[in-house]
Amino acid sequence: MTETSPGVVIVGAGHAGGTVAALLRQYGFEAPITLIGEEPIPPYQRPPLSKAWLKGEADADSLALKPSEFYAEVGIELILGVKVGAIHPAEHIVDLSNGRTLSYATLIIATGARARALSIPGADLRGVLSLRSAADAEALKAALGPGKRLAVIGGGYIGLEAAASARALGAEAVVIEREPRILARVACEVLSKFFTDYHRARGVGFELNAMVEALDGDGGHVSGVRLADGRVIPCDVALVGVGAPPNNEIAAAAGLECSGGIVVDTHARASDHDIFAIGDVSHRPLPHYHRSFRLESVANALEQARQAAAAITGRPPPPHEVTWNWSDQYDIKYQFAGVPFDVDDVLVRGDPASGKFAVFHLTGDVIQAVEAINAPAEFMAGRQLIGQRRPISRTRLADTTVSMKEVAA
Amino acid sequence: MPKITYIEHNGSEHVIDVKSGLSVMEGAVKNNIPGIDADCGGACACATCHVYVDAAWADKTGAKSAMEESMLDFAENVEPTSRLSCQIKVTDQLDGLVVRMPESQH
Repeated sequence: MTETSPGVVIVGAGHAGGTVAALLRQYGFEAPITLIGEEPIPPYQRPPLSKAWLKGEADADSLALKPSEFYAEVGIELILGVKVGAIHPAEHIVDLSNGRTLSYATLIIATGARARALSIPGADLRGVLSLRSAADAEALKAALGPGKRLAVIGGGYIGLEAAASARALGAEAVVIEREPRILARVACEVLSKFFTDYHRARGVGFELNAMVEALDGDGGHVSGVRLADGRVIPCDVALVGVGAPPNNEIAAAAGLECSGGIVVDTHARASDHDIFAIGDVSHRPLPHYHRSFRLESVANALEQARQAAAAITGRPPPPHEVTWNWSDQYDIKYQFAGVPFDVDDVLVRGDPASGKFAVFHLTGDVIQAVEAINAPAEFMAGRQLIGQRRPISRTRLADTTVSMKEVAA
Repeated sequence: MPKITYIEHNGSEHVIDVKSGLSVMEGAVKNNIPGIDADCGGACACATCHVYVDAAWADKTGAKSAMEESMLDFAENVEPTSRLSCQIKVTDQLDGLVVRMPESQH
């Protein structure tokens, strides 16, 4: 049976999906909005799951994007615990896993990304976790505590944040990384060294250049991480954080153009005029860099939610933003902006040993990206300069006696 | 519950009961008030929850941290009364607080 629902259907009730639904109402959109989520709870913020929430400093209410009664109040139908099985663009309908079929005038795909699973022996043992959802975070939190041993497979942001939170909870933590340095894919060497030293000083162990061969178990529960050199890192819980591929299968099956994510334009519109894709699942233009990329961040999800909501309600498009993100580990505030494309030089402003510095990635005299440790002025000014695409003086940028206001002047 | 008045740049007023313990930013976001984006969710990492607080309230809303000060330094349309609303905790003392929003957060 097909139900009449001529408004907007949003597939995926994460940060992107929840935000675009609320924005449509904020922008005066009056037709029906249906928000479909696979998880059993209304949209919530994921970033705190590896940070404040894991350490017990934030509760479920503070994670929620909106209070649960909000959706009914503004007329957003929430369908939770349900997946979308197929999209039929020609007919403008989607099939749900519960047997329902919904019609849409406009479809927004916000299915996000999923934690990449390891395909090695023992990957299905109990105690082998990933960290993507609130349920994942619950399981991890329950497994951590004084004296517990956490093995983190993958030295990316999630793994490092979890290691820092584990230490705060009194657990041991070892980070296992196959590359010679942590954050190899996402940060420069100066940052990798800074974070490695900072974590080591707080009791986190590192195994670099380490290939994981298998997970050992005891009675069906993980007991250690076996490395290619034969050593076993004993653990009570293993967290796998080795990347997140996009959930774009239903879009590809529906014939939408995909290329490592659903290809969209600067309005977040996919290759079908009535379909948008926002957040981690999209492969989007980066106008400041004249190329496309798949970004995985809240800032990206929110920017695209604003783009789609503006396009659907006929508002002028929002200004192009310079992509940015942040990470909290211990007392470090790490903020970064831009993407280091075509970089020919890296400039460090400030002394990493002081715990306050920034790394600028340059092409000629133009800043492409900035990574800032406890350096909000460098982050904010850097982000603005990236957007302006204008040359700066490298000498002045490297000189901490010249303020960022003056550098940007 | 403390009542907080949020005034959009276009003059629209929203009077909201905000639970003590939440931030002024959360009071706006959880009630879908336009004009406070709060992209980072309150981590003091983005400066998209910028508001103006009347000087009369300055002693009750507390002092700015160095972090907040630095972030605000580079926000648009900053004034002496500028604050990041994620850094103002709501207490009974703030009953009647009025905050105004800048033209844009981006």
